[in-house]
Amino acid sequence: MREQPLVPEPEFASYYGRPILKPPVWKQPDVPMYLFLGGLAGASALLAEGAAMSGRPALERVARIGAASGAAFGTVALVHDLGRPERFLNMLRVIKLTSPLSVGSWVLAPFSGLATAALASNLTGRLPVLGRLAGLGAGALGPALATYTAALITNTAVPAWHEAFQEMPWIFAGSGASAAGGLGMLGAPVDQAGPARRLAVIGAALELGGSELAIRRLGMLAEPYREGKPGMLMKTARALTAGSAAVALLGGRSRVLSGLAGAGLLVSSAITRFGIFGAGVASAKDPKYTVVPQRERLRRREAVGAAQG
Amino acid sequence: MSNSLAGRLDDVAGDAGYHDHPPRMGFFTDTSICIGCKACEVACKEWNQVPEDGISLSGMSYDNSLMLGADTWRHVAFVEKTVPTEPAITGVDQAADGLQWLMASDVCKHCTHAACLDVCPTGSLFRTEFGTVVVQEDICNGCGYCVPACPYGVIDQREDDGRVFKCTLCYDRLSVGEEPACAKACPTDSIQFGELSELRQRAEHRVAELHDKGVDVARLYGQDPDDGVGGDGAFFLLLDDAEVYGLPPDPVVTTRDLPAMWRHVGMAALGLVGAGIAAFIGRPR
Repeated sequence: MREQPLVPEPEFASYYGRPILKPPVWKQPDVPMYLFLGGLAGASALLAEGAAMSGRPALERVARIGAASGAAFGTVALVHDLGRPERFLNMLRVIKLTSPLSVGSWVLAPFSGLATAALASNLTGRLPVLGRLAGLGAGALGPALATYTAALITNTAVPAWHEAFQEMPWIFAGSGASAAGGLGMLGAPVDQAGPARRLAVIGAALELGGSELAIRRLGMLAEPYREGKPGMLMKTARALTAGSAAVALLGGRSRVLSGLAGAGLLVSSAITRFGIFGAGVASAKDPKYTVVPQRERLRRREAVGAAQG
Repeated sequence: MSNSLAGRLDDVAGDAGYHDHPPRMGFFTDTSICIGCKACEVACKEWNQVPEDGISLSGMSYDNSLMLGADTWRHVAFVEKTVPTEPAITGVDQAADGLQWLMASDVCKHCTHAACLDVCPTGSLFRTEFGTVVVQEDICNGCGYCVPACPYGVIDQREDDGRVFKCTLCYDRLSVGEEPACAKACPTDSIQFGELSELRQRAEHRVAELHDKGVDVARLYGQDPDDGVGGDGAFFLLLDDAEVYGLPPDPVVTTRDLPAMWRHVGMAALGLVGAGIAAFIGRPR
């Protein structure tokens, strides 16, 4: 028998420890901020329609501001992130169902127009019927705007994003709802903010529950969500979301507590997006998260093949 | 169209909409005869006028280009392996001091199911009549979506330019019947260019020949049309596990899961509508 050096088997092999994947070139804060603003705008458009139908003008006003300004600033963030911002209109050159960014551009463009028109009508009192129709249109597109961004990030080779594709849309829907509800609580008087409070609490529960499910299911790929700076952001967001939701539930009828809880939910929704974004980048930069799960997949496939063969 | 997102797809150009098209062209890179001369890297840079992207020593053996990227479309990897100081049993370069050198020229895989192309929102990335994948630089707006979508980490953004760049399999040369610059320059024919179906047969023969000679570590990478990307247009003969060369062991095109992703997005969007309704009918004020 030949002598073998007594070195422990490495957990995985790599090329000088270098990453296999290219980490996303999407800039911070542009893209995580866009994820937040898209969620806020989409869910706000929905809240605005409910407020309009149920006769809550102050809540409607705040939600329309959230929808229109979220879409506007979100668009600015997206265009600013482009390597060639002057070519942003190329986003509407084709429509491709295989590209969530293409689908999202076709949702964001009409949404922005409709939400802005609805807000303009609401602020000026002009063309009220057209304004409401625009608001209905934005409300119909809102849920798509708030959730497509989950497909945007999970439809990549980034391990911690891709493997979480089942839960991510629910996390994003919840995060958007809690942000929109939070803004409503912050901006509307408490006697009109009831629906905002309930939307915020439902959203917070979705966001927390979805994250918990994902982290339990992901195994090794949950590490980037727990460790380092993204881990700290996720932990902070979790505490702030849960705490603010509790304040909203218990003290939501106090104007001060309602405003504080609403602000907390807005901030925690944004922090969640930064945490998720950072965790994905970290998982792409470490070859471990590419090699080990793929090796494991190959090993299982070979075991199945051997059992059948 | 069947298998347009994942799985075996025999006529990739036809699937992309070409009715009359030439056969699918590709690379077979036989790393067992790579001598690490980097002529491919140089020829590629020269022909495609790819900008200089830093001349430095990496400390990673003779590798000084580090990885594929916007300005490196061929990358020669140098792996130094410590092996037992027995007489050579592998039949490949093995020095007496127990050091074995693996050299491999990496390149864009021109996947059958190319994630970069699928996710490109502008239509800048397209499938050529040769079945290859090319960026139209006059359309790319630098959104960067293709970069994290590629399961091999090939395509990247050129920082001072904003757009993304990668190997075109010398689309311009192919169009006039010339072979790509890297294959033309390769002195050992480690890089072989040709019709993909023919290259696959040639590779099977080569790997059988190496096994006969006792090089049982030889294996093909990316040639299987049933793999996670439907097979690569540029595939390899390797002498160790893929990850040793910086390649993913079991790459899968992300868009294979996109129908399921859209389903989950749809359900969550409906869930959000439900949450909105519940918020208003929950209880009066």
